[in-house]
Amino acid sequence: MKTVQLNKKQTAILQTLGPQLEKSGALYRLWVGFLLLLILLGGYGLFRQIYIGHVVTGMRDHAVWGYYIANFVYFIGVSYGTAMLAAILYYFKVPWGRPIIRISALVAFISGIIGPVFILLCIGRFDRLHYLFIHARVQSPITWDVMVISTYLVGITVFTYLLLIKDFAILRDTSMFEFPSWRKKLYNALALRYKGTPEQDEQIGHSTKSMAFIMVPKVILAFAVLSWIFGMTLRPGWRSSIFGPSYVIASIATGIALIIGVMWVYRKLYRLEEYLKDEHFRYMGLILLALVGAFGYFTLSEYITSWYTSMTWESKVTDKLLSFKEYGWAFHLANFFGIILPIVVIAIRRFRTPTIIAALSLLVIVAMWVRRYLTVVPSLETPLLPIQDARPEYVHYTATWVEWALVLAGAATFFIFFTLVPKLFNVIPISDYEKETN
Amino acid sequence: MSESSENGRRDFLRKGALGVTLAAWGQLVFSCASEGGHDHSHAAEEGADTIKVLTPEGQLVEVDRSHLKHVHHTQDITYEESRTGLPGRKFVMVIDLARCTNARKCVTACQKMHHLPPDKEWLTVKLMKDSEDSEPYWFPKTCFHCDNPPCVKVCPVDATFKRQDGLVLIDNTRCIGCKFCMTACPYSTRVFNWGEQGVPADMKTHRANAETSIPGQVGTVEKCDFCPDMARMGVLPDCVTACPNGAFYFGDQNEDIVTNGSETVRFSELIAERAGYRYGEELGTEPRVYYLPPTDRIFPAEKSLEDMPEETRKLYEDMF
Repeated sequence: MKTVQLNKKQTAILQTLGPQLEKSGALYRLWVGFLLLLILLGGYGLFRQIYIGHVVTGMRDHAVWGYYIANFVYFIGVSYGTAMLAAILYYFKVPWGRPIIRISALVAFISGIIGPVFILLCIGRFDRLHYLFIHARVQSPITWDVMVISTYLVGITVFTYLLLIKDFAILRDTSMFEFPSWRKKLYNALALRYKGTPEQDEQIGHSTKSMAFIMVPKVILAFAVLSWIFGMTLRPGWRSSIFGPSYVIASIATGIALIIGVMWVYRKLYRLEEYLKDEHFRYMGLILLALVGAFGYFTLSEYITSWYTSMTWESKVTDKLLSFKEYGWAFHLANFFGIILPIVVIAIRRFRTPTIIAALSLLVIVAMWVRRYLTVVPSLETPLLPIQDARPEYVHYTATWVEWALVLAGAATFFIFFTLVPKLFNVIPISDYEKETN
Repeated sequence: MSESSENGRRDFLRKGALGVTLAAWGQLVFSCASEGGHDHSHAAEEGADTIKVLTPEGQLVEVDRSHLKHVHHTQDITYEESRTGLPGRKFVMVIDLARCTNARKCVTACQKMHHLPPDKEWLTVKLMKDSEDSEPYWFPKTCFHCDNPPCVKVCPVDATFKRQDGLVLIDNTRCIGCKFCMTACPYSTRVFNWGEQGVPADMKTHRANAETSIPGQVGTVEKCDFCPDMARMGVLPDCVTACPNGAFYFGDQNEDIVTNGSETVRFSELIAERAGYRYGEELGTEPRVYYLPPTDRIFPAEKSLEDMPEETRKLYEDMF
């Protein structure tokens, strides 16, 4: 039987990556256990929410959306952004992009799974979810989103899988490791009888390229539709023509920041300096710089126009964001750490080291989440008519432990995915080095 | 017993909904708290706030008015009927801001009618102050049943819809609780059922349809519905009849007539004479509720604010 043959370089990568494929230490188990605990806590919160009702959340009649929607737009946006990056890097065969494509697609895949879960958490009646299909109304932006997200998820899953098939075949055929039989069976199934014949190579190459080509317009459409969920309402802060573009830029920036984070951790943990080089961090850092710069410009443009013209309803929202008595601290700090600081630091050449860029990425990751939250909640807390409610929880939104638990469970899912992935397959695509003779 | 329910009942009796019609419809159920002789004599002693009613068995009995309990029931209609609306009607409401003193009878009557908990208001009374120097005024806010409803546009499952009689209703057996309509409505009309709430025992068996939204369902959206089940029986919504000042006018724009229960006027003339307007016209939602400006008010808003109980006044603290 023909098997996939490895060259020297590929064997070397497999040897480097071998240890984490085979065994896991106590610290590793502890970390996974901790993450599982967080997910379990979230599960308990969800159980309470379904059993008792949405009253266990901090959402009330004015702020009908809170952490869940903020988290939904955050993760799904990250997914779209990273999918776009992976597709573009693949399609245009960007030379330095090869080791990043896989990580990028994996971030897109897992964020694309986590995001939609959070919009479901906002739904009052889980038992009627199928109504979205059997009673679908085409006028509703939610119906557009259901169509776009479901097809997008199929797309990103297929694209990610196509990028992995060759490596599954390598793991199936290698005799370097003693895998338990279930893993052998798994690799065998996932490799889809790929034997490395020229026809198979051509088929995979062609399919992946087509998928990469499809993903770009698909992602643009998905971004547009998602931003219209907000944009199609009569809400100041939402119904603005720059809402969509601003969201796109912010999401791609967040996605880049997350990829940098994942790259940095993998490089440190698995000693991948040879594959994830300093230049990768430099290039990704420069993309991040450009994107947060654009986002800063969109932010300024959005708020300075509403501040300057001072239309009553609109400026009420802007005032809340600017005032230190309301959301001012969150807004200004998020803009400082998420926009200004990364621009200033990355602009200076000698600061473009992997660790500094990774640290800035961490700031961007957090700041962008805060900005998502500040897009959702202050607009909802500022209705046209005065609220006049004696119940403070109806006037100001405060997340409860259930929402915290579920948001943390979402983050834990992200972490656990990237913790488990190197156990199943190598994060550096071995098959990419098949042409190298060194 | 609160005054509003007393008023409501008298009104209801005055409208001749009792007697033969009652037996024939079989839809209005009343219960006598006690049929014992003692109570009868007690009623006679008190001088007679008694009334003759026909029991479901066909007997004519005389009972004390206070022993009557109005149980809200509706005509049985099909699901289709509840979605299409009353043929030939175009319901409209006019609210006279000059007459509103925030007596809150409309609020409590609405809560009673729709079996809402005391802190849930489908109809709210806002205290409005348009600018620094303008006078504050009370602003009762129902659902505006817009002709271009932003809430209906965004509903993904056709749970909220516009009927041919102008009403915007919610089918709470269809609503998935995504709350998109709540964010779309610029008037904060819609409320959510956040958790289990007590539904009176006799209402649990009530057949749900979009005209009553009873029983309420956890995890779905609710709002003011203009009491279409009452309109179907030719009865005014409870907020209209409960208002001691006659601030609410309800009627049919096709007939060009609105009434507040005691006076019946031409809708177009009322709007023309009193300079009626719609709230938030610039939003393009085309509301079906018209407001008459708060000119020549019976009481200044501050006066009723001083007179109201502490807990109600707390609602408006932010305004001062």
